Amino acid sequence: MSRKILEVNSLTKIHGTGCPLCLASTGPEADTNICPYCGSVVAAHGVSFDLYQGEILGIIGESGSGKSTVVKTLYFDDAPSAGEAVFFDEDAQYDLYSLNAAQQRSLRNKRFGMVYQNPHLGLNFNVSAGGNIAERLLMSDVANYGAIRERARNLLVRTEVLENRMDENPKKFSGGMQQRVQIAKALATRPPLLYLDEVTTGLDLSVQAAILDLILEIQHELGTAMIVVTHDLGVVRLLAGRTLVMKYGRVIETGLTDQILEDPQHAYTQRLVASAL
Amino acid sequence: MDDIILCVEGYAKQFYLHSRQRLIPSAAQVDLTVRAGQLTALIGPTGAGKSSVLKGIYRTYLPSAGRLIYTDAHGHKLDLALAGEHRILELRQREIGFVTQFLHCLPRQPALDVVAEPLVIRGATREAARKQAADLLERLAVPQRLWGVPPATFSGGEKQRINLARGLIARPRLLLLDEPTASLDSATTEHVITLIEEMKQDGIGMIAIFHHPALVERLADAVVALSPPVIAGALIETIA
Repeated sequence: MSRKILEVNSLTKIHGTGCPLCLASTGPEADTNICPYCGSVVAAHGVSFDLYQGEILGIIGESGSGKSTVVKTLYFDDAPSAGEAVFFDEDAQYDLYSLNAAQQRSLRNKRFGMVYQNPHLGLNFNVSAGGNIAERLLMSDVANYGAIRERARNLLVRTEVLENRMDENPKKFSGGMQQRVQIAKALATRPPLLYLDEVTTGLDLSVQAAILDLILEIQHELGTAMIVVTHDLGVVRLLAGRTLVMKYGRVIETGLTDQILEDPQHAYTQRLVASAL
Repeated sequence: MDDIILCVEGYAKQFYLHSRQRLIPSAAQVDLTVRAGQLTALIGPTGAGKSSVLKGIYRTYLPSAGRLIYTDAHGHKLDLALAGEHRILELRQREIGFVTQFLHCLPRQPALDVVAEPLVIRGATREAARKQAADLLERLAVPQRLWGVPPATFSGGEKQRINLARGLIARPRLLLLDEPTASLDSATTEHVITLIEEMKQDGIGMIAIFHHPALVERLADAVVALSPPVIAGALIETIA
């Protein structure tokens, strides 16, 4: 049986000052994630799950459900208000939120990868496509110029970015191409754990298909564990073995993806599935 | 006996539709046994819950009642209704296969790779997997010109054979077959029958739903007749 790579326990993120009534007055039953007493936004509360090596976990939900918040806190883009997450690396384990800033940065640069919906968040538009990958490699251990350039070239070829565009600024690339450069950059350090936040949203259908294809190939080849955040049920059907359903910051249902889609238990998931088919 | 792979006792499935506040019965009181190298056929009218039984065993459905005791390759017994999700995923990868009537695969992938994929996931090299996939497709009389093409544009019968080949290639211990020959002509159906017989000889246990009673007669070692679940009194009131 494969190994556990990530264990998340009761992750909570509240934007705002928070008050004792926040948690009780938000969530799916309250039909809001904004506390009516103090105005704080309960972006996520009590999110727990396990992720195994090489596994793809889907997180689905509408905007405001907290699904992006989960990966942002795991990637240290955002600090959680409460909860813990343990990352099991090859020969060590890390309690993510007990680490100091330098340790967090090191995991982020070397062991985790992130692909954002918005390429502006993941790419530096002041340097070339190859330069973007070089940046990430420089932040890890690779220091030899030739080695970096060769690695960048291989990654871009692997993600089907034309090699002769390596020295161009990704600003000029199409949306699908920018996502490929982001994926290449995220993979640069061969991270065992990759976060994908709505990576196919807003792309043409044919481009979406090609990106999903690439993601699955990467999983097969490298055994990368992934958390795929999306509002698109078709994406989890194709990619994820298990899926969490979130609404107003809470996980309302979790299960095997085909079971979530064919035998949803929660009223909200039933509506979601019914409206998608 | 030792060769029992799966023993289902009292399986039932009902759906609760929140929007209508209604229970929809799908299968009730199903008992069945599958032995290594034998085929158990499920028969019964539409609505008797035949597919529901297969989906419950595969855990696409969460069973509402019953014990589904599976004996794994190491001889350990577990209840599929209660097993953890990672355990189920592992069994699906290594031991339990499901050939449905629908093919879900990546949009761009050529048919040959779609069929080879389960072997690749299990660790076979792409070359070896493709070779076995090609053998199977040839035996199922899928024209070679289609092998390099993604199955999205295939006819119903062609898709079905791709799906079947994908289910058979991994040689699971337990194979669930939901109308594997529904849209095939009689010549192709014969190829499928030969393959099923070979799998029985290899010790693979199967549960199958067949469109044609003649196939049940030819292939089944045991037959389980299902009838549509009776709606309980309390339920009739809610519905009425």
